Amino acid sequence: MGIIAELWEFLRTRKKLWLAPLIFIMLVLGGLLILAQGSVVAPFIYTLF
Amino acid sequence: MYILGISAYYHDSAACLIRDGDIVAAAQEERFTRKKHDDRFPINAVQYCMKEAGIEPTELEAVVFYEKPFMKFERLLETYLAFAPRGFRSFSTAMPIWIKDKLFQKSVLTNQLKELFGDDVDWRSKLLFSEHHLSHAASAFYPSPFQKAAVLTLDAVGEWTTTSLALGDGKDLKVHKEIHFPHSLGLLYSAFTYYTGFRVNSGEYKVMGLAPYGEPKYVDLIKDNLIDIKEDGSFQLDLSYFDYCTGLRMTNKKFDKLFGGPARQPESELTQREMDLAASVQKVTEEIVIKLAKGIAKDTGARNLCMAGGVALNCVANGILLREGVFDNIWIQPAAGDAGGALGAALGAYHILHGKERKLSQSRDAMRGSYLGPEFSSEEIETALTEAKAKFTKVSDQEVTDLTAAALADGKAVGWMQGRMEFGPRALGGRSIIADPRSPAMQKQLNLKVKYRESFRPFAPSVLRDRVAEWFEHDGDSPYMLLVADVAEEKRRKMTDEEGKLFGIAKLNVPRSEVPAITHVDYSARVQTVHADTNPRYHDLIDKFNELTGCPILVNTSFNVRGEPIICSPEDAFHCFMGTELDVLVVGNFILRKEDQDESLKQNYEDKYELD
Repeated sequence: MGIIAELWEFLRTRKKLWLAPLIFIMLVLGGLLILAQGSVVAPFIYTLF
Repeated sequence: MYILGISAYYHDSAACLIRDGDIVAAAQEERFTRKKHDDRFPINAVQYCMKEAGIEPTELEAVVFYEKPFMKFERLLETYLAFAPRGFRSFSTAMPIWIKDKLFQKSVLTNQLKELFGDDVDWRSKLLFSEHHLSHAASAFYPSPFQKAAVLTLDAVGEWTTTSLALGDGKDLKVHKEIHFPHSLGLLYSAFTYYTGFRVNSGEYKVMGLAPYGEPKYVDLIKDNLIDIKEDGSFQLDLSYFDYCTGLRMTNKKFDKLFGGPARQPESELTQREMDLAASVQKVTEEIVIKLAKGIAKDTGARNLCMAGGVALNCVANGILLREGVFDNIWIQPAAGDAGGALGAALGAYHILHGKERKLSQSRDAMRGSYLGPEFSSEEIETALTEAKAKFTKVSDQEVTDLTAAALADGKAVGWMQGRMEFGPRALGGRSIIADPRSPAMQKQLNLKVKYRESFRPFAPSVLRDRVAEWFEHDGDSPYMLLVADVAEEKRRKMTDEEGKLFGIAKLNVPRSEVPAITHVDYSARVQTVHADTNPRYHDLIDKFNELTGCPILVNTSFNVRGEPIICSPEDAFHCFMGTELDVLVVGNFILRKEDQDESLKQNYEDKYELD
């Protein structure tokens, strides 16, 4: 739960609370993607993350 | 007060330890793990730093990570949102990595520290996060010799920032202007790195080395279509030509169409087109750097400039900037890439967060020649070489100098490992391959038989500081090989009309000066000035070589083969020596000759490392 509190605090400080619902949706979607693909491997060519 | 700085989880992870604002130790993890650009938590580098300082983990005041993961996540989300529904493929690749791992970086880091140091300390409370570009700016300003300076950082992207301007005064460092993602000079350069068939985040310096073989014929095309450059150097990219916001590549089909074809396949033959593209993006980069510098000088009135960030490793642009005379003095952080972020994060916490006064370095700067890594004692070297079954001779300090200089004058390629390892991407005479620059065949021989890399790649000269002006059109310090200057007019060899008409790689075979092995096709050289105070043994060696040959210069290239991290230990040095056509190896006071070694210890080194 610590991570949720930290994220909330971060969004509050950055005045970006409007991102919260989006983060929720994206996390759910991302979670589904994890379930769908099984393993996590960074792409070869280039990533900006 | 001890502060540990860490950079990791993107590329080139590193650790740095400072004591009361002085740099005690700094090293990149790749040197220990032997995995190029290793991005894992720098366990070995951290352990080394703690050992060098001789302290217990409980003595650490803080551990500072070089960037802010949440802010990076914010940038990713907002970028996906701005481009949705495009970018789903990139999103579907990125999100699982973030959700499983990167979003929990604080916990990951805390656990790593617990694992490494035990849980006597509440590591979570000791852990701090700096901003990526502030880390770069701090790494550029605090070790610099200036009380007051403008600080320019340029790289691909941190959290949001891609270019920043800060002002440093004493212990204060304040960011004044920023350019944000997706507009990035680093990413523009990387796009051309990708398009010319080199690896992004690693092959940029190859593009820079390739540029002098080409004509900058695409400059107008780039400026008319890809980038809008303002008078103050700020810029905006036309994102319709790039794929990096939404895809997993740098450029797209529109970019291909603009430049008349697809990206070059890695390792396929290099053509004049790639050389012209490299020359063009280099020219545009130089224009932006100069304009940014002029803008900063006008805005701030500063006479000193500090630089860091990956683009600050573009020594050609740096050389032009220096010659333009926009600033009286320029100082560039030798570990300008992300590894240097570890150093900046620690220094930033000390001076900005803790408000501690800055002691201005009494010598050239506070980097101590960038010799901040591990050193090995004579006993350690002897044990390592004996265990590796090497045949060696132990000699006196004077003999090290005399015998090595004689071997170099005799045309031998020498592996040279002395003192502390360098921090940053350049070998500066601590972990170097050295040779005679007067030999016309040396560049090709070193590239193909020793380094196993592309034949077009240039080599840099190490020159005695007090002789630099005689051989190069430069009269100042350049201890970190971050400035390019032309070979002095009187040392050049005039090309015949026929030679002058040669194009591309064919130019490589024409000797262009009295020191052809370090003279690039445009007469330029990436100069390293060697100073007796920071590396006396290397200085003595060049001095002796000069006595024998009348040339105060050596070819200096990093001690590794293509794709291999620069060597760290005597074992690494011996393995590289036996895997390449190096003739002599000098490690501390031990000299090894190839002909004395057991043939069965030779190994195929050429294919050992993944190509970079």
